[in-house]
Amino acid sequence: MSRLEARELIIDVPGRRDGRALDLSLEPGQVWGVLGPNGAGKTTLLHTLAGLRAPRRGVVCLDGESLAALPRRRIARALGLIFQERQDGFPATVRETALIGRHPWLSPWQMEGGEDLQLAEAALKRLDVAHLAERLVNTLSGGERQRLAIATVLTQAPDIWLADEPTNHLDLHHQTATMALLTEQARTGRAVMLCLHDLNLAARWCDQVLLLYPDGEMCWGPRDAMLVPSALERLYGQRLVTAEVDGAPVFVPVR
Amino acid sequence: MHVARYSMAAVGRRGLVFPLGVLALAALAALVLSVAIGSVTVTPAELWRVTLGGGDALSRTLVLELRVPRALSAFATGGLLALAGALMQVLLRNPLADPYVLGLSGGAAVGALAAMLAGLGSLVISGSAFVGALASTLLVFGLAQGTGSWTPARLLLTGVVVASGWGAVVTLMLAVSPAERLPGMLYWLMGDLSYARTPGLPLVLLLGVCLLVFPLGRSLNVLARGALQAVALGVAVRPLEWMIYITASLLTAAAVSTAGSIGFVGLVVPHMLRLVLGNDQRLILPACALAGGTLLMLADTLARTLIAPEQLPVGVITALLGVPTFLYLLYRSR
Repeated sequence: MSRLEARELIIDVPGRRDGRALDLSLEPGQVWGVLGPNGAGKTTLLHTLAGLRAPRRGVVCLDGESLAALPRRRIARALGLIFQERQDGFPATVRETALIGRHPWLSPWQMEGGEDLQLAEAALKRLDVAHLAERLVNTLSGGERQRLAIATVLTQAPDIWLADEPTNHLDLHHQTATMALLTEQARTGRAVMLCLHDLNLAARWCDQVLLLYPDGEMCWGPRDAMLVPSALERLYGQRLVTAEVDGAPVFVPVR
Repeated sequence: MHVARYSMAAVGRRGLVFPLGVLALAALAALVLSVAIGSVTVTPAELWRVTLGGGDALSRTLVLELRVPRALSAFATGGLLALAGALMQVLLRNPLADPYVLGLSGGAAVGALAAMLAGLGSLVISGSAFVGALASTLLVFGLAQGTGSWTPARLLLTGVVVASGWGAVVTLMLAVSPAERLPGMLYWLMGDLSYARTPGLPLVLLLGVCLLVFPLGRSLNVLARGALQAVALGVAVRPLEWMIYITASLLTAAAVSTAGSIGFVGLVVPHMLRLVLGNDQRLILPACALAGGTLLMLADTLARTLIAPEQLPVGVITALLGVPTFLYLLYRSR
């Protein structure tokens, strides 16, 4: 299983001082939750870890090699990314969209084969969108598109999942199903990092948490050490009440 | 509206053969038609004899030296334009882009008209149009690059503004040119195949680029979904975008220097094909080459027969066919 590491990493958010450098390794089996207010740099952090943006300082390494030195194809075989925004200028069907997840695995002259198609179909079924396979993507609802994006990464089958608000637009049932899918990925030895806005999802499903403050400060560690009401109140500038439900803490903002 | 679309991903490589086979047959039929029809009709029997190396001298000259080169030039030009249009649409992630959207035809027009004003021969006119087209490409790219990196939106805006600049220069040149040169200039601006007699180079270019872009087809499919998504799926986006830009410009420059600026083929053909065949570039790009070529051969046949013995500029025919088709497609789409 591949391993992603940030060494002395400072993400490049224009006009912000450096803050604390990030030194962490995404170990197989871990589920990381990244929490922070709007504009704190969660997406920037995720894109930097995926090698889509250059860091201000430091390096991101995949299996010990700097991302900047690796071919994109090699990275795409190990690392999958669920984007917050999607662009579909041209019409494509749901099945075609899931199938592009196979791109890093196929040589230029190779066409998608039966096995690729099976992987895509299985992923669509897993995300509950198999019945939409022939539909054009631009006719789907927001939640269906989100599930399709997750199905595309499932088809890609990377060792490391980086997901930017994967539960966006999802109803309660599909939020739970998605978090269950991601933690299942971790149980089978993959590493998962999620940007989340929902503290309670993080409390329930993540085992590691990274708090990202708007001034560039950050702290990270095991969930229980991080999800402390005083730290979260400072993070969001919002008073919280805490209760315990179903064995996990639940944070509710005070009116 | 739910359109049953042809999904190539689901049918594999065999899925290429049927649609491309149909289009190739259509191209062949259009070639036969455009060689047979004209001021003197060549009967199918006579055409067959000429093909086998027989027939009378007049038919041989008519078919082999006049009509076949012109029809093949039309095919090559139409194919180049449609292919360039499809590539530009992927590059700019904008289904409304066409080969001229980045000001390329304007640059070519200024080059060609300058050569015509100077009274130079047709070979120089072609060369000058080619140079003008490439100069415009470099200008637009350099300006869009600016101090940072370019985005599709910025490239598009730069291209549109540069194109209107060229438009003004063309109008100025028309205004100052002597009256006897005007018809030739206007015909060039509308696209005209009557001097196109050497289809060899454009045909080779068309075939070569089709073979070159086929293995890149899947990367282009991914790129059509946005640059970041493409990078995340392992596509080296910047080199690929450079390659598309240079290739599409070269194709358009070759087309424009063969036959002037013929409109609508590059915009409408990829659109129509996408409606029927879906948006897999491995199928759409060769299909564009075939369908664009067929369309222009037919349009050129109309152009030289409608008001025979006078000839119409072929660009008028493609625009007259293209505008209503395109408006219809827009009207139908949501």
